[in-house]
Amino acid sequence: MDLQFTQEEQAFRAEVLQFLRDKLPEHLSRKVKGGLRLTREDMQQWHAILNERGWLANHWPRQHGGPGWGAAQKFIFENECALAGAPRIVPFGVNMLGPVLIKYGSEAQKNYWLPRILNGDDWWCQGYSEPGSGSDLASVKTTAVLDGDHYVVNGQKTWTTLGQHANMIFCLVRTNRDAKAQSGISFLLVDMNAPGVEVRPIITLDGEHEVNEVFFTDVRVPVQNLVGEQDKGWTYAKFLLTYERTNIAGVGFSVAALEKLKRIARKVQRNGRPLAEDPMFATRLAKVEIDLENMKTTNLRVIAAVAGGGVPGAESSMLKIRGTEIRQEISSLARRAMGPYAQPFIEEALHESFNDEAVGPEEAAPLASQYFNNRKLSIFGGSNEIQKNIISKMILGL
Amino acid sequence: MNFEHTEDRRMLADSLDRFIAEQYTFDERDRIARTREGYSRTHWSQLAEIGALGALFPEEVGGFGGAGFDVAVVFESLGKGLVVEPFLGALLVGRAIAHAGSDAQKARIAGLVDGSTLAALAHEEPGSHYEPTLVRTRAERTGDGWLLQGAKAVVQQGEQAGLLLVSARTSGADGDAQGVSLFLVPGDAVGVAWRGYPKIDGGRAAELRLEGVRVDASALLGTQGEGAAVLEHATGWGLLALAAESLGAMEVTKRETLEYLRTRRQFGVPIGSFQALQHRMADLLLEVEQARSAVINAAAAVDADDRMVREKALSAAKYSVGRIGTRVAEEAIQLHGGIGMTWELPLSHYAKRLVMIDHQLGDEDHHLARYVALSQEATA
Repeated sequence: MDLQFTQEEQAFRAEVLQFLRDKLPEHLSRKVKGGLRLTREDMQQWHAILNERGWLANHWPRQHGGPGWGAAQKFIFENECALAGAPRIVPFGVNMLGPVLIKYGSEAQKNYWLPRILNGDDWWCQGYSEPGSGSDLASVKTTAVLDGDHYVVNGQKTWTTLGQHANMIFCLVRTNRDAKAQSGISFLLVDMNAPGVEVRPIITLDGEHEVNEVFFTDVRVPVQNLVGEQDKGWTYAKFLLTYERTNIAGVGFSVAALEKLKRIARKVQRNGRPLAEDPMFATRLAKVEIDLENMKTTNLRVIAAVAGGGVPGAESSMLKIRGTEIRQEISSLARRAMGPYAQPFIEEALHESFNDEAVGPEEAAPLASQYFNNRKLSIFGGSNEIQKNIISKMILGL
Repeated sequence: MNFEHTEDRRMLADSLDRFIAEQYTFDERDRIARTREGYSRTHWSQLAEIGALGALFPEEVGGFGGAGFDVAVVFESLGKGLVVEPFLGALLVGRAIAHAGSDAQKARIAGLVDGSTLAALAHEEPGSHYEPTLVRTRAERTGDGWLLQGAKAVVQQGEQAGLLLVSARTSGADGDAQGVSLFLVPGDAVGVAWRGYPKIDGGRAAELRLEGVRVDASALLGTQGEGAAVLEHATGWGLLALAAESLGAMEVTKRETLEYLRTRRQFGVPIGSFQALQHRMADLLLEVEQARSAVINAAAAVDADDRMVREKALSAAKYSVGRIGTRVAEEAIQLHGGIGMTWELPLSHYAKRLVMIDHQLGDEDHHLARYVALSQEATA
């Protein structure tokens, strides 16, 4: 038993830290740390910086432009990026579609799409969820009917994250109505600029436009945009969902958020002393810190188990559940720490251009809206209830 | 033992509920909550006509109710409708005046009852973090009047208020109960500076700066230096009101979530058929009923002469709805899934209000600590 990273891993960590010091633009880390909203250009800028270094597609094998890292290196990289306040990598092209194409795509598809993902030529979004199928992903109703050398797509996708920026969407579509739910699904790459595609914003409870509805009306998609075999898309879909989950616990995000929370708690006064010394708040803080320390090790245990290759299976459900609960608790405490100043919601203050005086503590502006926004963590990516079903079935054998 | 409301209160609740269902629909509420004013003058006067404001005050000051259960009934209805109108300010300021005011000051309650005067309590300050005696705003004698200097935090509907109740220190140190005095200040007095903003749960509040505001001697409410007790009295009514409002919002949230469990189908069946979700819903029901009892306890105790009995019940209620309201909000969003995250669904706004009630007049930690302190004081 040795909880320390190896010398090699420590050297790698130093390399990552040096890179972040040299290359992470200050205006990006300031926005991420301050909870400000990122623009499309911000996300693209970081994408390009990582690509230049060859660290963007860190889940891809070397031959396709990946760095060839193991699980521990990916974990170190993702953690240090989160701690440094780097924008998260928009995952849809790099982390989701990329691995699917590498495993199941044709040579032509790999040669065409993979470099475009790396270069940022395409912004991908994910067409999985539909209004009637949230947790029950296999109940896809969007149809694709073969017509000559095209599929004709009709239906609706929802919760399409950052779809407003995307020019491409990978979709689960039903190509065979007679087959039972999980067969008869195909995996299709659709041009968002094609006639018949319409994107409508969904505004979330915090007033943010992050997710969208995407409507398809007689959209013609060339057959060469089918990934793998027709009707076999469920296999690819599942592969995508379970593929890369070293970061599902979001430990780096939690550590960064906890550091910020502690800073706030030392500054905000309650009853003539810092909130951090208030017995009730200190207890809440200690509880979540202990949970997080435990989670760090749980996460590393899972990573160590798959270090020889392969991907975590049902264990990643544990990481997802506890990891998101910890992130939610930290943002709940940050909201609580603001006292009455959790109430003001000055949307302009979430943008870089805001230069008015802060209302209340200087950190206050985004905290309550982040708390509400973070309710999504236990819903998306397979709700925590679904994760518990997976644990019950796959680990407990119930 | 009788847990039925009186005929009068039932009628008041019915007419309020009807008005809200017909005139204060969710779409209308969403519109009002985002306006520059943060409330609706039209709806406000109509609510006054129904008697929703008069019910908050006893007959001797021009109201026609004023008991704990009157206040609870009104605010429970307001909570069900997610009403953003400035009821809380009217209650806090009106009850303070009714408790400590001169006859001339009490005459101003008529304007609160008929809705013509909007009132706001300007008490909390930047950095006071719910501590009621941490008053740094100063009031100094000048001639036969007072000069007010300081800052007040998150004043609910402050910009719109014509009548402000301002706490200021006339003697003693920060945190002393002694030496806090109360002043009735016109909202448009010279030296009153606002910075208004929307609230995350709808409606508006504002930061207030008092930059050498002059008021005459008649502005002092109650005895100089003895304002803390008056504030405790008024805040007590506010705690009851917020607890009842929270209960109303919880009821709707629970009802909507239950309906969703019955109708939302996944894997070919309503999700309410899953035992894991049934138990969570059962827990919510249990919690909401506990919150209802806390509100009943507070409504029964708010008029009690025994300070310990009264204040413990009020802190217990606010602690309960703070903890339970947040839980109900979080669970309701989770049980709805993605749709629970959307602005379009009224439920998400109930959730925001439930959580934000915990940020008004002291959160669950504050009131739990206060309950402990009161208990220790009683046994000392």
